[in-house]
Amino acid sequence: MAGVIVRQPLDRTKVRIPRGQLYIIPERCKGCRFCIDFCPRDVLVETSEMNAKGYHYPIVAEGKEDECIACQFCSILCPEFAIYTEEIVEEESVE
Amino acid sequence: MSAEERVLTGSHFLLGDIACAEGAMAAGCDFFGGYPITPSTEVAERLALRMPPVGAIFMQMEDELASMAALVGASLAGARAMSATSGPGFSLMMENIGMAAMMEVPCVVVNIQRGAPSTGLPTLVGQSDMMQCRWGSHGDYEIVAYSPSSPQECFDYVIKAFNTADRWRIPVFVMADELIGHMTERVVIPPADQIPRVERKRPRYKPGDESFLPFLAEDEDLVPPIVHAGEGYRVNYDSLTHDEKGYPATFPEPHDRLVRRLVDKIRLHTDQIIEYEEIFLDDAELAVVAYGSTARSARRAVNEARREGIRVGLLRLICVWPFPENKIRELSNQVKAFVVPELNLGQMSRETERFTCLPVIGVNHAGGVMMAPDPILDTIREVAKNA
Amino acid sequence: MPEIKVESHPIDIVFRTERLPHIFCPGCGIGPATHAYAQAILESGIPKDRHACVSGIGCSARVPGYIDVDSYHTTHGRSIPFATAIAVVKPEMEVTVFSGDGDLFGIGGNHFIHAARRNVDINVICINNFNYGMTGGQAGPTLPLGARATTAPYGNTEPPFNLPYLAAACGAVFVARWTALHVRQLKDAILRAMQKKGFTFIEVLSPCPVGFGSPNDIGDAIEEVWLYRERCVVDHNACLPDLEIDLRRKDVPFVMGNFVDIEKEPYDPLAMMKKKGE
Repeated sequence: MAGVIVRQPLDRTKVRIPRGQLYIIPERCKGCRFCIDFCPRDVLVETSEMNAKGYHYPIVAEGKEDECIACQFCSILCPEFAIYTEEIVEEESVE
Repeated sequence: MSAEERVLTGSHFLLGDIACAEGAMAAGCDFFGGYPITPSTEVAERLALRMPPVGAIFMQMEDELASMAALVGASLAGARAMSATSGPGFSLMMENIGMAAMMEVPCVVVNIQRGAPSTGLPTLVGQSDMMQCRWGSHGDYEIVAYSPSSPQECFDYVIKAFNTADRWRIPVFVMADELIGHMTERVVIPPADQIPRVERKRPRYKPGDESFLPFLAEDEDLVPPIVHAGEGYRVNYDSLTHDEKGYPATFPEPHDRLVRRLVDKIRLHTDQIIEYEEIFLDDAELAVVAYGSTARSARRAVNEARREGIRVGLLRLICVWPFPENKIRELSNQVKAFVVPELNLGQMSRETERFTCLPVIGVNHAGGVMMAPDPILDTIREVAKNA
Repeated sequence: MPEIKVESHPIDIVFRTERLPHIFCPGCGIGPATHAYAQAILESGIPKDRHACVSGIGCSARVPGYIDVDSYHTTHGRSIPFATAIAVVKPEMEVTVFSGDGDLFGIGGNHFIHAARRNVDINVICINNFNYGMTGGQAGPTLPLGARATTAPYGNTEPPFNLPYLAAACGAVFVARWTALHVRQLKDAILRAMQKKGFTFIEVLSPCPVGFGSPNDIGDAIEEVWLYRERCVVDHNACLPDLEIDLRRKDVPFVMGNFVDIEKEPYDPLAMMKKKGE
């Protein structure tokens, strides 16, 4: 027998988890790792590349490209104003 | 005459301290930040009474450090700002006087000098803050200081102090003393439209103009135009050494450039600032150099000496800093010696010595009593005999 | 989507970007605190022209120089009377003092208590990194008991100030404490402070890996921030005398919150004149 959906939220198709686009400014980074450690979705990882000052700046980890929820925490937490997110606004898709 | 009016036009019989306060009112003082200290307290008390009815701000701050910091802040918000103090408070103000000099902020401080050093003689006259007035804060900077010899001059030179401060963007001092401050004499206050007022130099550039450099002095007088808080220029004022944009520039080259300009602002224009009074100097063989309350006794001594046939004259310093070095040099070609009476153990006499090879004889007392004409006259006679 | 590399940040509008990057050490908490303040400026509804930022001397005191408002980097400890004067001469300005624990409570302690007593309409944001950071990590009035600093190499013997308690006792109408990690709550607290008339005080606990972390066996900035993450609790109704920071006892939490939010007549030097007119 197929699974029966007994109860579901009425706005199931309307509420979306936001998705975010990450922007970084590599030259500003000082390698403190605040963003990497405190991202609630563990989206970020240190790159092996370095900026001109020798710091490893963050990039989106492999496989985590769709995990950013644009919570902006990295943006406000970064001491160097070197990272921010923008919410990706898409057309609503009907499931 | 209502109390709401700033200028008490008319002929009055006023205490020197009160005359200082009335000078501030007439000059349009918008902010007074001070701390009570004998013998200047009457200045504060008078202004506490007179300022609120005209909408001006009187604040008794928690100490003189706060007072001086508040003066700089108030002035940068656009107010004509003043304080009144005496020796111990003056010492506390020194660090922020340096800030006023560094940020080029106009402000006026009245020092009713008393016996010193330290707590000294709080209620009695002294003149021993003169060098401190010039060199009290650390570093190279220039100030202007006036020394009134009467309550009338207290009134006149507080007004002039505001104008000089606004003209040159510097802290200006009115170095009175307890004798002048607590003496009551006639003070004539002119009508409001006859009170001279010099406005601050304002920028030609509009707010938001990227080419405006707030600390670039484009004019010959080396004074940059001033901008105030809330006018839209959004300038950084820094007690650190800074560049023409106002940003910290802690390197040798911009630092030397800035400090030289701060100093040259005054040093190259002393002819526009220096003021003195000459009495019987035309044919003098002996010159007395005096200021403040001591100048009154010196005048009497000079008159008496003239009656005895001694060719002595008086150079009364009204603007004490910058010091009239050219006048001393000029007089050195004419007289045989200088006599410098002061209620300290030799301050302006040292300054006189710097500009002459002639003997400079001091008549000194550490303070606490008016210097009578007698010791000055005795010294004049002595010097005239041996010259 | 992978990351996109860019050259500017949305918050740059509030900054003097030609002066960035700032001088603070990697992992310094002043950065996040500044961002929260900058974000609050943006969201305050008050244009940049009407903000003024005043500081004394120290690392935290360098912040006004980076913000695109009328900024005043004054002398050590004297930012509060300076700010008071601007606030009374130009009451339409939103005046914020942004400085450090040593500057505001060591040398500047007297000015703090009097401005709070008067209830002058200024906002004071104190970055508390427990030491004098700019000059190399000397002991300060907020250094916890037993902690080490360059002038307390055997451990601090002086109890530190309990800043929220002090501020409330002096008469501040809004008192809050957050950390450089709690940036959202911090930004909201700063916004609330800007809205309120009267003397507001916000303490921001901040990591200082070089001045404080290093002498106290905290490996790096991230470890210091995790310390806050683990030991902070939020309690807006906490009892003010119990808000002391004790590093040594692991069971004692660091209490955060908006502790005081009251209404009181703000300072007006001409108040008596207006009363007379009534």
